[in-house]
Amino acid sequence: MKDITLGQFFPGDSLIHRFDPRVKLIALLLYMVELFLVKTLFGFVFMAALLALAVLISRIPMKLMFRAVRPLLLLILFTSLLNLFYTKGDTLFRVWKLTATWQGLELGLFMVLRISLLVLSSSLLTYTTSPIMLTDAMERLLSPLKALHVPVGELAMMMTIALRFIPVLVEETDKIMSAQKARGADFESGGILKRAKAMVPILVPLFISAFRRADELAVAMECRCYHTDGERTRLKSMAMARRDHVLIAVMLLLIPAILFGTNRVAFSIIPKTL
Amino acid sequence: MSRLEVSSLTHVYSVGTPFERMAIEDVTFTVEPGEYVGIIGHTGSGKSTLVQHLNGLMKPTSGAVLLDGKNIWERGTDIRALRFRVGLVFQYPEYQLFEDTVYRDISFGPRNMGLEESEIDSRVRWAAELCGVDESLLSRSPFELSGGQKRRVAIAGVLAMQPEILIMDEPTAGLDPRGRDEILSHVQRYHKERGASVLLVSHSMEDVARQVDSVLVMQRGRLALRGSVREVFSKTEELKEMGLSVPQVTAVFARLCAAGLDLPREVFTVEQGVEAIRKLMIERGILA
Ligand SMILES: Nc1ncnc2c1ncn2[C@@H]1O[C@H](COP(=O)(O)OP(=O)(O)O)[C@@H](O)[C@H]1O
Ligand SMILES: [Mg+2]
Repeated sequence: MKDITLGQFFPGDSLIHRFDPRVKLIALLLYMVELFLVKTLFGFVFMAALLALAVLISRIPMKLMFRAVRPLLLLILFTSLLNLFYTKGDTLFRVWKLTATWQGLELGLFMVLRISLLVLSSSLLTYTTSPIMLTDAMERLLSPLKALHVPVGELAMMMTIALRFIPVLVEETDKIMSAQKARGADFESGGILKRAKAMVPILVPLFISAFRRADELAVAMECRCYHTDGERTRLKSMAMARRDHVLIAVMLLLIPAILFGTNRVAFSIIPKTL
Repeated sequence: MSRLEVSSLTHVYSVGTPFERMAIEDVTFTVEPGEYVGIIGHTGSGKSTLVQHLNGLMKPTSGAVLLDGKNIWERGTDIRALRFRVGLVFQYPEYQLFEDTVYRDISFGPRNMGLEESEIDSRVRWAAELCGVDESLLSRSPFELSGGQKRRVAIAGVLAMQPEILIMDEPTAGLDPRGRDEILSHVQRYHKERGASVLLVSHSMEDVARQVDSVLVMQRGRLALRGSVREVFSKTEELKEMGLSVPQVTAVFARLCAAGLDLPREVFTVEQGVEAIRKLMIERGILA
């Protein structure tokens, strides 16, 4: 339970941690768009090197970064296999009725790199930015939508509350599990039906406590006259520094660099002789 | 009855992450069969972490827990069977209730032990009676009960397993004085009736002084003091430094002695205090 790393924040004070969260979000979006612009192996190597540099600066252990990709390994493998066999081109080898092609190999490889880099880059963002800061940043970036009557404030508030309670619920689940184990509950053995049944002693108390917490929180918010339509000030103000401007500029400059630079480098794994 | 030994027990949370934290460090002690031990210490001193090692809910980072001389993490030990012998009541145990009736909730433990239906029935009724849960409540939903009643049902759920060693993590937290006294008397009865060892984690020096034979004092993850009630509570200064205190009545008697009255210093419960004052009054001819 304690090992849930999805979106886990690792406090630190590296350059990457200190960027304005809004800027980090935009930079991530730009990076993702650029991953889809890249058309050559050289381009991917270049993008991977950039990310590796960012990870080094952030001092997040590489081991942790790779843990983020692990759950997606199967998906990545599957899509790349599909690409390998279902792309038309020059034959690489044959298995049964299927033909693997050089072009398929290259496309598959691109797919692996693209998905991995997408996951790794978003993990870097969540590792170096606290969830609360992230929602805050999203709220501010989306605030122009308020003009279109999109309830940005409410959405952000719900998101913040949800994020705020994830660790609480994880801890609570842990506690309830321990308490039931102390009464001899067995979550590890038996078939799927038995295991599903074994979850009842955890889920019932967990739901009851979640509802109780929600109720208490609602009362507490009402007692303080919480309203979403008022203008609120913030405990932590966000201010862009020079480093933030530089980051955005660099990320923007990468677009022409990819389109007119790396995409034109003839650097392929497909042998020229074919 | 069993002997519980803890040897050089150390536990580190979240090893290898920035959140790494040493919760208990090099703790060694023994609980003799039938002994009633109190565990006191400041919040965060590692009491809850310590007791969760005793029934194998947590695995030591280093060190060992031995039951009757056998390491509980030795290969081939059935850790689930161990949990029936070492019963643990968590802090705020009422939040673990889940069945639709009180009866079924109390029977969860015994049923997991694989007992016969008739044995389960007699244990449930026995535990309910011991914990002051009225017969009429057994068919009710546990969620309709008052806080104090829920707590007693949850404790009955562990007692129904009839563990040889009973551990309670702050069983009286958040209860009114009457509820507190009732719970402690149920535990005392279990201890006496079954000759079981009991470990009571508590914040209240008064409760500890009244109930237990000996005391463990935890401080910042280490075992700071270990001795009889008399030995531990005579170290007023040391306890104060740890952010703990002696029972109020002990403090009062210390002041009375300092004021020149001829009273014993070693008074740890109100009953002892009343007795001492009565004796003094008889000596001085105030009371016949
Ligand atoms: N699940 C956990 N993960 C990380 N640290 C924990 C966890 N549980 C407790 N701790 C830390 O371990 C220390 C001891 O906690 P605990 O055993 O609960 O103390 P006590 O019961 O005496 O209040 C505390 O500093 C606490 O912050
Ligand atoms: Mg505790």
